[in-house]
Amino acid sequence: MRRANLVVGGVLIAVIVSMAAVGLFWTPFSPTAISGPRLAPPGWPHVLGTDGQGSDTASRIISGAKLALLVGVMSVSAAALIGVPVGIIAGMSHRWVAAILSRGADILYGFPALLLAILFAAAVGGSTWTAVAAIGIATIPVFVRIARAATMQVMSQTFVEAARLSATPPLQVAWRHVLPNIAPVLGVQVSVSFGLAILAEAGLSYLGLGSGSDVPTWGRMLREAQNELFNAPLVALWPGLAIAMATMGFNLLGDGLRDLLDPKLREIA
Amino acid sequence: MTLRTVGLRLAGLVVSLLVASLLIFLATNALPGDVAQVILGTNASPGEVEALRQRLGLDRPLSVRYVEWVTGVVRGDFGTSMITGRDVVSQIAPRLEVSLWLVGLAMVLAILISLPLGAFAAVRRRHASGFVASAIAQIGLSIPAFWAGIWLVVIFAVTLRWLPAGNYVSYWDSLGQWALHLVLPVTALAVVQASILARYVRSAIIDVLGEDWFRTARSVGWSTWGALLRHGSRNVAISLLTVIGLQLSTLLVGAIIIEQVFALPGLGSRLLLAVGQRDLVVVQGIVLLLVWAVLVINFVVDVIYQFVDPRLRRVGTNR
Repeated sequence: MRRANLVVGGVLIAVIVSMAAVGLFWTPFSPTAISGPRLAPPGWPHVLGTDGQGSDTASRIISGAKLALLVGVMSVSAAALIGVPVGIIAGMSHRWVAAILSRGADILYGFPALLLAILFAAAVGGSTWTAVAAIGIATIPVFVRIARAATMQVMSQTFVEAARLSATPPLQVAWRHVLPNIAPVLGVQVSVSFGLAILAEAGLSYLGLGSGSDVPTWGRMLREAQNELFNAPLVALWPGLAIAMATMGFNLLGDGLRDLLDPKLREIA
Repeated sequence: MTLRTVGLRLAGLVVSLLVASLLIFLATNALPGDVAQVILGTNASPGEVEALRQRLGLDRPLSVRYVEWVTGVVRGDFGTSMITGRDVVSQIAPRLEVSLWLVGLAMVLAILISLPLGAFAAVRRRHASGFVASAIAQIGLSIPAFWAGIWLVVIFAVTLRWLPAGNYVSYWDSLGQWALHLVLPVTALAVVQASILARYVRSAIIDVLGEDWFRTARSVGWSTWGALLRHGSRNVAISLLTVIGLQLSTLLVGAIIIEQVFALPGLGSRLLLAVGQRDLVVVQGIVLLLVWAVLVINFVVDVIYQFVDPRLRRVGTNR
């Protein structure tokens, strides 16, 4: 029961990742071409049926996994690469610097990914890259906050004090002592942020603010399915299930990692 | 919390609002891409583009335009739309009502769902039923609100034909129709929000259950639920308050998408229309309104928090 989170999360992520990996080389049909009658029900050869254009739904779902993971990897790693160093600096430095950095993070916190994506789309037109940038920037403050809080905790420990008293340069303290100790907490956050990024990307492409119409994305599929709701409601089922599976996988993995890391929490939960 | 700390925080808020406005302005104006060119299309002659740039004031320096915009906004003048030529405030105002009802009702419904769900998941956490309650929250957390909305339409509008699938009716025209048209969008938005809140309620209550004073209350004869209601509600209210403040931006963003699902004429649909038309003045104005709302409400929550939680009041004066 205790490890259920990790196991279920791991399985869900494995399914999505292998789908994306397969999708790099092979899909049953072309995800963009017309390969059958419009709105065919699930059956053979179209396992999940076809959409309003006559494209194979299963192929589009597999192809969409690639983009969801790609956006997740790029936006979350960019956010962590910027947010974590800023958070560590804020956690190690004195009042002024710390106050300015966390105030900056707070302001950015008021900009959700969707609003940033809207600003970018209005200025330069929406694309996969504006979606990645918007989700990435919106995720930065989360990493700043977590890294700062965790760093402050590490900095108050005796071994860090010993290192500082023996004149270890701050950069070395950060690299040798702070980073390894806050890494587990950051790992949990990476997993949770990944789920949120996939959810955000789906929302953006549903609104037409993300990738172009030539790229099948789960969000765009839902937008198109909405036009056929009266004729073929099932078309709106599969992309949503894929989004929910991916998001839940990363949420559960994050929860499971958190329980593993914190014996006290494990006791309570 | 002294008057001085409130003043300091207020100053901090004003700085945040200004920085936020600068970020919004830079994002829409400093990124590469010529708006005049986009509005006129690729067939326009360079002369026409230049004329439009001058008419829109795009030829003047960024700093001048920023200062003009912000001072205008503070006076309640958000500028004129680049496309319709009408002033932005008169286009936003009628739509504010729709969005406020959607967000407000969804928040209330989310709290009403999350409190019992989270409390149940916490109290029964060692039982299968508590696990199921947690699992429900986990599922609600993972589905996109717009997907929930689409399925509510499939079930209640398309199949059962109980409720309308979209559009908005003003309560001036028909109170009953107004309520009917809001049921599905509010539910879709609230389901996801409730799942997020329920997880916080759950962990807040688990904290309470582990407190010494709670054990004392139990040992003098209070039932678990009775002790929670009588002694634990303040603790839960405090953590719920913070989360509601932090989650407000999620809710506003969710409302933009939900408006699209149900064809509601709110702020979000006006914003997306403006994005499609590259109407930067309208985009800028609505985004500023939303971001400022989030910052101001979080400030208010922060201040209320200090008053509700007596432990923080002492810390506040020390700082």
